[in-house]
Amino acid sequence: MARIAAQGLTLEFPFYHLGARSLKKRLLAKSRLHTDAGNRVVVTALRDMSFTINSGERVALVGTNGAGKTTLLRTLAGVYEPAAGRLSVEGRIGSLIDVMAGMDGDSTGRENIVLRGLYRGLSDAQCDELAEQVGVFSGLGDFLDVPIRTYSAGMGVRLAFAMATAIQPEVLLMDEWFLAGDADFLARAEERLTRLVGQADILVIATHDMGVVRRWCTRAIRIDAGAIVADGPVAEVLGPA
Amino acid sequence: MQSPAAEAIRYDAAEPERLRRALADLTLGFARFRLAWALAWLDIRNRYRGSVLGPFWLTLSTGAMVGGLGLLYATLFRFDLRDYLPHLAVSLIMWNMMAAMVTEATNSLITSEAIIRQMPLPYTVHALRCVLRNMIIAAHNVPLILLVFLATWRLPGAEVALLAPGFALIALNAFAATLLLGMLCARFRDIGPIVASVMQLAFFMTPVLWKPALLPAALQPLMLLNPFYCLMETVRGPLAEGGGPWAAWAMALVWTAAHLAIAFAFFVRFRGRVAYWV
Repeated sequence: MARIAAQGLTLEFPFYHLGARSLKKRLLAKSRLHTDAGNRVVVTALRDMSFTINSGERVALVGTNGAGKTTLLRTLAGVYEPAAGRLSVEGRIGSLIDVMAGMDGDSTGRENIVLRGLYRGLSDAQCDELAEQVGVFSGLGDFLDVPIRTYSAGMGVRLAFAMATAIQPEVLLMDEWFLAGDADFLARAEERLTRLVGQADILVIATHDMGVVRRWCTRAIRIDAGAIVADGPVAEVLGPA
Repeated sequence: MQSPAAEAIRYDAAEPERLRRALADLTLGFARFRLAWALAWLDIRNRYRGSVLGPFWLTLSTGAMVGGLGLLYATLFRFDLRDYLPHLAVSLIMWNMMAAMVTEATNSLITSEAIIRQMPLPYTVHALRCVLRNMIIAAHNVPLILLVFLATWRLPGAEVALLAPGFALIALNAFAATLLLGMLCARFRDIGPIVASVMQLAFFMTPVLWKPALLPAALQPLMLLNPFYCLMETVRGPLAEGGGPWAAWAMALVWTAAHLAIAFAFFVRFRGRVAYWV
């Protein structure tokens, strides 16, 4: 059963390549920038976040640029160890945060799918099966045997999306770039996401597109300056359409 | 399709469990050996893309070095060429491998930044990828060694069996150095250039072109303080020197143990910070 629980989740990013001294004067008491015990300048990327996401929820993270949406996604993916608080994520995670992360531009689409299978710890037979499924779903056809550096942005997105969802994630973490697909692909993507979440799984998506939020999500979390300012059903958080 | 169940993510900042996480990283990383192997080959393919000879270019250039330097130094130091050539061939190849491993170790985590920030893959995989890549490239020099041994007809005897522990020691050190330098250089970007100049100095301080026997007897024990010498001797000894001095072997074990201990301690303590550093 997929489940995400965070209590008092706090994340601080140090600026390693900034001198603390020059910045110190400008720091305000309530600013997100401050210096830590080691006299480094840190930014509080996530501040004291507490929430629980249960199976079957489709959650949108909304907020202005730099609010902490992508950082929260990366933290949920297990990339960053929090500075304070607790986090537990149960379930197989699929993350769609950077399109090209873990892909090799000089390899063909098919080789990249096999590589992704290896990243996920699949056997050779499973990798071939994955290549088959992803090839069909992505609709790339002959382009599957062409190096992906020649792909358009939209084709890269198709491939990444197909790979991330073919392994049947129980928790799918998604940044908004996947909207680069064309209408036909978006329709298929939506169908797949609906099915995914229909199987009592979790979707967390960071986006600025309120149309996507209203159509795809059941719950919205509004983040501002690294803290949760609103959390509830989409209509409640966004207001009436 | 189901991928193997991943470990659920569970962090409690009050209990970092650093040792358990570091051990899990190593276990899972070695379990993903096929991934590291595939990535290592991918790196080699991409590096030599479009080149006809690929990594064999390195073999050719090492061959030219061995031939040219062999003639020059055999004359300068009045060595017997038949004794000197096998020594030089093995030394140069081993040094090139060790130097490449150390230099590329400094970038091992920085170049994997994108994937590190996308999914929690064991850092062991990135280190293994770097070590394997350099081992595979170095293995392209085997024909050169065979050629030199046959041409000079100085074939090693039964002591060649010592190659197995010798290579094991080098592999352990390469892995430790990659983890340690990979992390250090992710945090302090100045360390890469420092390492490069240290390696250049070490090339001349280590008996690669010359033989330890050229040093005055009183100074020879000092060689044991050079880890590159001790480690190189564990491979060069069995191949070209009838086994190598036991003191070098003993010190190679000591250096390896110290190296592993430092790298492991650093890994346990700072593993959780790497994602913030890259």
